[in-house]
Amino acid sequence: MSALLSVDGLTKHFPVRGGLLNRAKAVVQAVDDVSFEVAVGETLGIVGESGCGKSTTARLLMHLVPLDRGTISFDGKSIGAREDLSHRDLHRQMQMVFQDSYASLNPRLPVSMSIAFGPLVHGTPKSAALARAIDLLQAVGLDPLLFANRYPHELSGGQRQRINVARALALEPRLVILDEAVSALDKSIEAQVLNLLIDLKERFDLTYIFISHDLNVVRFISDRVMVMYLGKVVELGPVGRIYRDPKHPYTKALLGAMPSMDTRRRTKEAPLSGDPPNPINPPSGCRFRTRCQFAEAVCAAAPPTLEMDGNGRAVACHMLVPGSGHSLA
Amino acid sequence: MTDTPVIAIADPLQALQRAQQGKSYWKRVWERLRQDKVTLAMAAVLAALLIMVIFAPWFTAHDPYQASVLRRLKPVGFPGHWLGTDEVGRDLWSRMVYGGRLSLLAGVMPVFLALLVGGFLGILAGYAGGIVNSAIMRLVDVLYAFPSVLLAIAITGILGAGLENTILALTIAFVPPLVRISEAVTMQSRNLDFVEAARASGAGALKILQYHILNNVLGPILVYATSLISIGIILAAGLSFLGLGVTPPSAEWGLMLNNLRQALWVDPVITALPGVMIFITSMCFNLLSDGLRQAMDVRL
Amino acid sequence: MRGVPPVVSVENLRVRFTTPDATVHAVNGVSFDLERGRVLGILGESGSGKSVTLRALIGLLPPRRSHVEGRITVAGHDITAMGEAELREVRGTSIAMIFQEPMTALDPVFTIGEQIAETIVRHEGISHSEAWRRAHELLEMVQIPSASRRLKNYPHEMSGGMRQRAMIALALSCRPSVLLADEPTTALDVTVQIQIIVLLRQLQQELGMAVVFVTHDVGVAVEVADHIAVMYAGRFVETGPADSVIRSPAHPYTGGLLASTVLGAAQGQRLEAIPGAPPDMTLLPFGCSFAPRCRFADARCGLDLPPEIALASDHMARCLRVAAGEIEVTPPKLDKLRLGDAA
Repeated sequence: MSALLSVDGLTKHFPVRGGLLNRAKAVVQAVDDVSFEVAVGETLGIVGESGCGKSTTARLLMHLVPLDRGTISFDGKSIGAREDLSHRDLHRQMQMVFQDSYASLNPRLPVSMSIAFGPLVHGTPKSAALARAIDLLQAVGLDPLLFANRYPHELSGGQRQRINVARALALEPRLVILDEAVSALDKSIEAQVLNLLIDLKERFDLTYIFISHDLNVVRFISDRVMVMYLGKVVELGPVGRIYRDPKHPYTKALLGAMPSMDTRRRTKEAPLSGDPPNPINPPSGCRFRTRCQFAEAVCAAAPPTLEMDGNGRAVACHMLVPGSGHSLA
Repeated sequence: MTDTPVIAIADPLQALQRAQQGKSYWKRVWERLRQDKVTLAMAAVLAALLIMVIFAPWFTAHDPYQASVLRRLKPVGFPGHWLGTDEVGRDLWSRMVYGGRLSLLAGVMPVFLALLVGGFLGILAGYAGGIVNSAIMRLVDVLYAFPSVLLAIAITGILGAGLENTILALTIAFVPPLVRISEAVTMQSRNLDFVEAARASGAGALKILQYHILNNVLGPILVYATSLISIGIILAAGLSFLGLGVTPPSAEWGLMLNNLRQALWVDPVITALPGVMIFITSMCFNLLSDGLRQAMDVRL
Repeated sequence: MRGVPPVVSVENLRVRFTTPDATVHAVNGVSFDLERGRVLGILGESGSGKSVTLRALIGLLPPRRSHVEGRITVAGHDITAMGEAELREVRGTSIAMIFQEPMTALDPVFTIGEQIAETIVRHEGISHSEAWRRAHELLEMVQIPSASRRLKNYPHEMSGGMRQRAMIALALSCRPSVLLADEPTTALDVTVQIQIIVLLRQLQQELGMAVVFVTHDVGVAVEVADHIAVMYAGRFVETGPADSVIRSPAHPYTGGLLASTVLGAAQGQRLEAIPGAPPDMTLLPFGCSFAPRCRFADARCGLDLPPEIALASDHMARCLRVAAGEIEVTPPKLDKLRLGDAA
């Protein structure tokens, strides 16, 4: 399976400004040396808690935020003005659906125009762009006769999110990033939109990156999953295997923290204590070590690297690398 | 059972036509304005006022400059001069109607000019950000440091009295607040998710401004500008009152207020009349501005 | 626990909100009893009326716009008959509430210690130093590390999870007998959420409080509640022991909700989603409000509101067809991945 998207060493640090001259006082290490691939036709799930960097990663991929270091290649071509694929062309290939369904739509544009905007700016004449919007409204399950001229505030959350999906598909992309796209919806509506996403993926031959904090949803929709913590990738691999047999202590804790569905087997003790730390001044070495029960001196000394195990799984933990200096390695 | 029904459109072309005829945001605003009774009433009053001042000769019987020593300070209801006469015997009604021309001009023109200049600069500063923003906003801050009244007085003081200088002074006084508000709303809009989504579609700055920024930003700016009109009228009247605006023997409400001060003990009603006109006109513009704000609010 | 009078008793609660445009019928006939030391979980989606119900229990509904009918008795107080001054005495002492957003309850300009101490002093009249000591105990009880230092922190100096704990400490400061919880964990990260859930359960058991816990998350309800009431369009459509409701849901809505949530088993296939959208609360349909979206609905369902039909002792569902035995809701496959469980 060839890689549609290939990311290597992605890094983004945000300066925190303050003081009289607005100098950079501290640095938020939002994303740090993140590397992964997305194969054609798969759904890669990205999970993590606040501050893990998953949303920033999405914005870096979409080039909405300039990256500090690292390379991104799409379909084998690297991205940038002088390189093979310009930003403008990239946007035809890769699109994004945001979390806040209301804020993602211009409240003063009829929704058909919001959908048609993408093709419009790429040169499609207005009537053709609107015709495409109408096709897409139909594809996402909204009757164009009823919905084309509505404004966002006249729609429900689920309907708006369908519009956002239609808008993402207007430029006929190959990869769609869904950044917490169903998180704000009621469960019953969420299920409908997930079904829609599955249908559209088949129908339009799409590849998905599905970012979410909801572990159940990620397990349902993803083929592979990537777990992030404080800007780093800690584990990556096929979703079934990782959920059944997580290797990284954080992944274990994350999965263990999911509420039980069985009244007879309630959680007795929380797997982790404290809150996710601040991405400003993260711990040295392994960023998880401050909350990890297996932390040792080597964990503070050097950050673990993401090691592939030859089976499609990758984990970044000193415990699993023989000879790392960790007592359990 | 599927929850996403398969939509079979009988006629995609019909749907397309309907979409193309869809009402744009501004048409909707227009419709809502038309239904708002208060706004309609205010607009009617202002329209009537405008017609009267433009076609002044049709509505007045006397020459506003025609003085008469014999007929000074005649009260309201005096035969031939239904609102009385001023301190040099000119018909008050004619002076008020003709004076409306200058007063309205001095109130509306500066706002209009300041809207063009200030709105442009503010939207540019708000969207561009960075050094362009800093440059424009710091420049505006310098002007903003002066209270608008003092600024207007200073400018007319330097340049001299007269209608053109009044308009110039008020325009300069109004540019800073308009730049401020334009920059503020543009900055707000620029950071919203849908603008980010538009950028993610690969749109350039011009297209984003055209489809996403302007329609969200012009509303608040226009509302603010219309609320400035009443301030402009009052400021212009104030400048004339101080002798820095329109000069005698021109008719202008502020000037008339000043000149009629002497008549306060003789006939207070006449003294108040130009003030009443200023009040009515200002109120109308303010209520119109409110109505515009309500019509532009998407959620109501 | 029979024979002990319930500490919360609600009879036919109805809440309407009147706006110039329309009237929202937020709660349409809710009745329940809650005994001391028990946890009732109200499970519902947005617009179901669950938060309104909770606020009615503590008298926090906007006075002018809302009309409350029915009887609410909490810890011996008749809430519907009390004025604002009386309610203020009761709030914090007999009944306390915690919210989704801790800054709803915490004042940003006072330290945590001051806020807790002031509440204790105001309600119990003890000395400030004694109240301060109690505040320290409370912070330790909610497992905030370095409690003495934290007493002097302002809310913004604390992390999200810690603020939530501080809010819980404040709510428990005067030892209420009833705790109302309005989605207190919804805004928290997964690893923090489970900490708060475990903490709340511990505290509830230690202090013997009755708790009404509102949530939209089935997992949270399973973890916290002894009894679950599933709420839809302002009514309880199913109530029962948490075990029964989750393992053998009776009402089609409950079944649909569980099917949309317990996603583990359905990977690769389409979900059984509930079609349609939540109802317009200004215009509720006749008969069963879930009928428009229910795949089992037939003509009778639109005629009359189904009464509460007891299926077993303690287990109730508002569904004509279930009562008649004509339909059966498929129980969900309880597939929960958890380490350390006996497989």
